[in-house]
Amino acid sequence: MEFAFFPGCKIPYYQPQYGQAVQAVLGELGVGLAEMEFGCCGYPIRHQDKVAYLFTAARNLALAEQRGLELLTPCQCCFGSLRKAAHLLEEDQAARREVDALLADEGLSYRGETRVWHLLQVLGEKVGTEAVKAKVVRPFKDLKLAVHYGCHALRPSEIVQFDDPLAPSIFERLVELTGAKCVPWHRRLQCCGNPLWGKNDALALKLTAAKLNDAAAAGADYLCVACTYCQIQFDTVQSKVMGEMPGVARVPSVLYPQLLGLAMGLEPSRLGLSRNALGGGDLLEFQAAAQGA
Amino acid sequence: MKPVFFSISLYLSLAIFVLGILWRVRGWLTRPTGGEDSTAGARGRAVCRGLSRALFSARIVELGKTLWWDVLLLRRSWRQGRLRWAMHMCIFYGFMGLLLMHALGSLIMEPLFEDYQPTVNPYLFLRDLFGLMVLVGVGIAVYRRRRGLLKDLGAGRDWFAVVLLAVIMVSGFALQAAKIVSPGRYQEMVDEYAGLEDEQEEAALKAYWARNYGVVFPGRKDPFSQEMLEQGAELNEDNCAECHSRPQAAFVSYPLSRLFAPATAWLESIDLRGLLWQLHFLACFLGLAYLPFSKFLHVLVTPLTLLINGVAGRSELDPAAAGLRRAIDLDGCTHCGACSEHCSVAAVFRRLRNRAILPSEKLWTSRAFMDLGSLSDRELLELREGSYICTSCNRCSEICPSGLDLQHIWFAVKDELARRGYASTYEWARFVSIGGKDAPRDGRGGKVSWLAPRPRPLPGGTLEITAPEQRGQAALEQGRYQYCFQCQTCTNVCPVVACLDDAQDELGLLPHQIMHCLGLGLMDQAQAAAMTWDCATCYQCQEHCPQKVPVADLLFALRNRAFAGLDDRQAQG
Repeated sequence: MEFAFFPGCKIPYYQPQYGQAVQAVLGELGVGLAEMEFGCCGYPIRHQDKVAYLFTAARNLALAEQRGLELLTPCQCCFGSLRKAAHLLEEDQAARREVDALLADEGLSYRGETRVWHLLQVLGEKVGTEAVKAKVVRPFKDLKLAVHYGCHALRPSEIVQFDDPLAPSIFERLVELTGAKCVPWHRRLQCCGNPLWGKNDALALKLTAAKLNDAAAAGADYLCVACTYCQIQFDTVQSKVMGEMPGVARVPSVLYPQLLGLAMGLEPSRLGLSRNALGGGDLLEFQAAAQGA
Repeated sequence: MKPVFFSISLYLSLAIFVLGILWRVRGWLTRPTGGEDSTAGARGRAVCRGLSRALFSARIVELGKTLWWDVLLLRRSWRQGRLRWAMHMCIFYGFMGLLLMHALGSLIMEPLFEDYQPTVNPYLFLRDLFGLMVLVGVGIAVYRRRRGLLKDLGAGRDWFAVVLLAVIMVSGFALQAAKIVSPGRYQEMVDEYAGLEDEQEEAALKAYWARNYGVVFPGRKDPFSQEMLEQGAELNEDNCAECHSRPQAAFVSYPLSRLFAPATAWLESIDLRGLLWQLHFLACFLGLAYLPFSKFLHVLVTPLTLLINGVAGRSELDPAAAGLRRAIDLDGCTHCGACSEHCSVAAVFRRLRNRAILPSEKLWTSRAFMDLGSLSDRELLELREGSYICTSCNRCSEICPSGLDLQHIWFAVKDELARRGYASTYEWARFVSIGGKDAPRDGRGGKVSWLAPRPRPLPGGTLEITAPEQRGQAALEQGRYQYCFQCQTCTNVCPVVACLDDAQDELGLLPHQIMHCLGLGLMDQAQAAAMTWDCATCYQCQEHCPQKVPVADLLFALRNRAFAGLDDRQAQG
């Protein structure tokens, strides 16, 4: 099984640990990732110009198609953006003509034959939970996680086709393979706040704070995410900005492949755990207990 | 021997060169670079600290490695493509060879090699080889500039440098060829070096040189008698051979001289040798004087930035050192276009045609912005839009063959834009739509000519651009908001609405009210709601709508409409 790896703009420089952890975990599971040079997924320019967005996204799809591969991205914003673009390129023929002309200018063409997968889908559906579980050798014990779904993977559901938009379960099923427990919490399907970061920071922080407080109230030791931008918000922004905010609980966040990698017995250094701004070292303590038991 | 004219032009160009370099160095110490800026003194101390740290520690090993791999073997160019690397190696080593062996021959070669003579092998051969290398490199450079993105960008800024280099090389080859055929030059050498006794000896040596050295003596033609040639060979051995190899070793100039041969008498009469010599040295001196002010500067700055990279990790730079780095980096671009070819948002440029989206172009505008403190309105708009379309992926810095830390320049430019009150394009579109008393300042002295740019397509571009009034409105025109029956589900599930104490007041209109506005055709009012701009794009509204109204998509379309409206106002302005 091989995919074209679509890391998005932030993984290579800001979240290399995410890319590292994905590579390590998928490598162990026999999933090949082809390194290709992609551009931006198109989400940031979507506010400004629809055709610029669709062309930016379509270029990536066309490149993967040319290589005969489907795309895998660990970023839910990139996933949602690319899936939505693929849908719009079928639906909006006027925009499609403009995009086709721009692609042709670069000697590319888009036929609509490739598919975009999110990391969690590949693990849950393509690899399969049984195969993942078989690799878990150092399960967690007593680790309580607040699983954060990520908006752009989940919605609009008829286009992204990720999971049931109102009662999704794929993330919990994958997390529980590692022995960790998922706490029920009200805001698990709500926005992390990052899309408003840089546009209306105060509002973005309000959304983030509400999530953190809710996760803490539910008794979570960690948030668990599977999106580059959610992690930037819960890890980078929380550590840099939210420390001084009164009345905001502090809940560190772990990337799913880091969690899975630890449960698979991989070295923390292969998972870039030390690069998490809020740390992740005490996750090992939940494992040490499991070994002793 | 060398006329006054030569000396004057040499010292004049040398003086310009030295003053130019001093001017650059002054710029590195004092140029504002945005962000936490630093004084010349602080930057000077940073240089001393950096030097002492680099030279008196284990880092000198790193310095050596960088020198070998990055400076001498051009590793970063190699990573960007074999053709690019071959081009650069040819020009680099060809030019260095000529500089050290030919231009500075009397200064460098004579003390080092006792038998050095420009007219003997291997030097005679090497000079042509180096010259050819440079010409091949220049040829590849021209070819590259006629293809792909570089062609699209019209890499016009460095054409003069490329042409100047070609002129130096071609005039050098032509001068050499003209000397080979020249009977006048032959006579000068005979007068200076040979001791010939009578006319018969003179004739014999001429015959020998005409046959074997390619000199053309008008009126004297092969075949010469065997006896004469034998005598000529003997005289050549005694008088000439030690200091003058046969010119066939100059494998470019010699064939060229055969083209000149039939016209030798005429070429002598117009003193072609003298003309070519003047052209050659004047072109060289022009290059020297032009160096500090042109792309040629990279021959000094690029090794410097690469060595700085080699010894100093970027994260540990203090503000003064970081400011110094940015100041140097602003001068280090060769405009090779590698960053733009790989830019994550290059696709956006292809649609919006704002050059300042592309790093190689944005750098030039950034430098002018930092140095001049202001730009034309249009340039400022382009710089701002480009700065905020950048996704800060850092790929340009990773790729830059000159090792420039571009992303830190982009951050500094954004800081500087903000410091001067220029809001992001998004904030500005929001302000223009909503209004309000806290306008982000934009433009000089409050002059309102600052709207988001959409430059016209480049001349010769093949793209058709949709008219602004059509853009961003397809979704609106499909009219799917008309299915809305005002159940308020969108508003009830919106996390932004939920987290505000007085959402109605803070957001202007709530999501269902925006849908209602659209139904009434009140597009401007819908666009003017803070809700339209504070949307988190989480799609809760759209997911939950019982009528399948694409609420979130409509908010995207409204924002597109606002950006397109800025273009209209720009077009009118």
